[in-house]
Amino acid sequence: MKAMIELQNVEKEFNGQLVIPPFSLTINEGEFFTLLGPSGCGKTTLMRMIAGLEIPTRGEILLAGSPVSKLPPYKRDVNMVFQQYALFPHMNVEENICFGLKMKKVPLHEQQKRAEEVMALTELTEYRYRQPKELSGGQQQRVAIARAIVNNPKVLLLDEPLGALDYQLRKHLQLELKKLQKDLGLTFLYVTHDQEEAITMSDRIAVMNKGHLEQMGTAHEIYHEPKTRFVATFIGENNILCQGDYCYALRPEKVNLHDPAIALEKTSTYRLYAGVVENVVFQGTIDKVFVRLREKDFDLPVLMAYQYFDDKRRWRPGEEILVGWEGPDAVKVES
Amino acid sequence: MKSLRHRLLFAYAMVVLAFLYIPIVVLVLYSFNASRINAQWSGFTLDWYISVFQNRYVLEALYNSLTIGLIAMVVSTILGTMTALALHRYKFRWKGAIHSLVYLPILIPEIVMGLSLLVLFSQLAIPLGKLTVIIAHISFCISFVIIIVLARLEGLGREMEEAAQDLGATPWQTFRYVTFPMISPGVMAGALMAFTLSIDDFVISFFVAGPNSTTLPLYIYGMVKRGVSPEINALSTILILFIFLVTVALVILPERFRNRMGDKKTQRQMPF
Ligand SMILES: Nc1ncnc2c1ncn2[C@@H]1O[C@H](COP(=O)(O)OP(=O)(O)O)[C@@H](O)[C@H]1O
Ligand SMILES: [Mg+2]
Repeated sequence: MKAMIELQNVEKEFNGQLVIPPFSLTINEGEFFTLLGPSGCGKTTLMRMIAGLEIPTRGEILLAGSPVSKLPPYKRDVNMVFQQYALFPHMNVEENICFGLKMKKVPLHEQQKRAEEVMALTELTEYRYRQPKELSGGQQQRVAIARAIVNNPKVLLLDEPLGALDYQLRKHLQLELKKLQKDLGLTFLYVTHDQEEAITMSDRIAVMNKGHLEQMGTAHEIYHEPKTRFVATFIGENNILCQGDYCYALRPEKVNLHDPAIALEKTSTYRLYAGVVENVVFQGTIDKVFVRLREKDFDLPVLMAYQYFDDKRRWRPGEEILVGWEGPDAVKVES
Repeated sequence: MKSLRHRLLFAYAMVVLAFLYIPIVVLVLYSFNASRINAQWSGFTLDWYISVFQNRYVLEALYNSLTIGLIAMVVSTILGTMTALALHRYKFRWKGAIHSLVYLPILIPEIVMGLSLLVLFSQLAIPLGKLTVIIAHISFCISFVIIIVLARLEGLGREMEEAAQDLGATPWQTFRYVTFPMISPGVMAGALMAFTLSIDDFVISFFVAGPNSTTLPLYIYGMVKRGVSPEINALSTILILFIFLVTVALVILPERFRNRMGDKKTQRQMPF
C-alpha cells in the first residue's frame, strides 16, 4: 500500500493559540478516509492545510511522497469540495466544471472530452447550461464534485459535503459518493461530524477531539473497540462503567434483560446485576430501557439497554429486573 | 383604515416629489419658451437649444466637462478598486483608521476641500487648469468608488477565491476570472458614480479651475451672473437629461449584472 498523504507532526496556531497540537497521520492510496469529530475540533483547519489554504505553523505534509507545505494551493495536486460548494455564480455548470482545466491550459478538445465524461458520470449533462442558482442543493453538490474530479486530483478533499442537505438526500448521496470513489479508485479524505455517515462510508476513520487524534481504525474497530471514553461516547451510545481507576464501555445492545422470576443458566464470563426499570422510551425499532442498578460499585446509577420488539416482553417502569452481559463485551477504555 | 393610511402615505410621497421636482420642471418648461422673458409663456420653440449649440464657449465647456469626467472616472475607478481590494484582503495595523479616512472626503464640506486643494496646488506651484481640476475630481471620486466596491467585496467572502486557487488558478487568474467578474457590478456602479459626481461638481472646480478649464457648471454660473436667460435653461436641461440617463444606467446596469450573477441577496438599490 502506497502512502498518499502523510502528516508529520503538523501543528497550527491562530494568533498564538494552538488549535492543532502536533498531528501525524498517513492516508493510503485509494482509501476512503474520514476525519470525524465534533464541530470546532479542527477538521476543517487540517483539511485546509492539506489543500494549501492554511500554512502549518510547524511540521511537514507529504503528498505522494514529496513535501508540499511550501507550495501554494494552485500547485498542489489535490482538490477540495467546499462545505457551501463555492460554485462560481457567473458561470454555468459546464464552465464551472471546465474551470480547473482552463486554468491549467489543457487543450480545448481535451477539456470538452473530460467535461463530457464527468458530466455523464455525475448525471449533469442535461443541466450543463444552467446557472448554479437554477440548481437544487443536491445538483449543486454534484457540480462541486464534478468540478473537482475532472482535474484527476491525487486526493479529493470533502469538507462536510452533505451537511447542507436534508436527511433523505444525504442517505442517498452517501451511497452514491462511496460508489463513485470505488469506481474511480480515488483517494478520498472526508470530513464529517456525523458518526453514522462516517461509519457507513469509510474504509478508515480518524476520530478527533480538540485538535488531537483520539483513535484511528476501521469503522468496525472504532465502533466495537473504542480506546478512549471520548470515542466510546461520541460514536453510537455507550454505558461507561467505572470501577476505581478502570472504565469500561458497554454498548446498550449487548445488555440482556431478564425476568428475576425465571431461573438462568450462568456461564463463568456472564455478569448479572439486579435493578429496577426506571424508564422505557419507544424509539421505533427498539425500546430504550433505563435500569437503576441496586449495586453502587459502577459509578453509573442508570444503565441503558436496547430491547428489540421481537424479544420476549415489554418492560414497564417500576418492575424488578436483572441485567446481564458477557464480560468481554464491556471494553476497557481510557477515561 | 389601511387604505386611508395608504392613500395618505401616497399623497405625502407625491408632495415630497413635487417639492423636489417642480423647480426642475419649471426650468425645463421655460427652456422651450418662445419669449425671452421667463415670467410668461408665449409658445414653444427650440431656438434656445440651437443657439446653445452654436455657442463656441458652451461647446468648449461641454467638451471640458466630458474629458475631465471621463479621465477622473477611469483613474478614480482603477485606484479606488485597487484600494478597496487591498483594504479587503490584507490585515495591517492602521486598517481601521484608514477605513474611516476613506469616508472623510465625503463628509468634509466641499468648500473646505476646494480651498485646501487650491492651497496645495499653489504651494506646489502647479498652474491651475485642466490638470488641477482632474486631480481634484479624482481625489473626491476615489472615496465613493472605494466604498461601493468594498460593499460588493464584503458580500463576496473568501471562499470563491479559495475555490479558484484550489482548482489551479494562479493569483492573477483568480483575479481575472473570479474576483473581478464578481465585483464588476460594483466597479461599474462606482465608475458611473464618479462620472456623474465629476460632471456635477461646481464648488471644488470653482476653486481649482484655470483659464482653459471652464466646465459646464462653471460656465452656467458665469452666465447667471449676467442674468438668467433661456439659453441657461436649455443648457441646464441638457445637463439634467444627461445626469438622469447616467443615473438610470447606475440603477439598471448593475442590477442586470447582478441578475446574471445569480445574486439574490442584494436588492435593487442605489449604491448607497
Ligand atoms: N482563521 C482562523 N482564525 C482564528 N481561529 C480559527 C481560524 N480558523 C479556525 N479557527 C479556530 O480553530 C478551531 C478549529 O476550527 P475548524 O477547523 O473550523 O473546526 P471544525 O472544522 O472541526 O469544526 C476553532 O476553535 C476555530 O475557532
Ligand atoms: Mg468545519
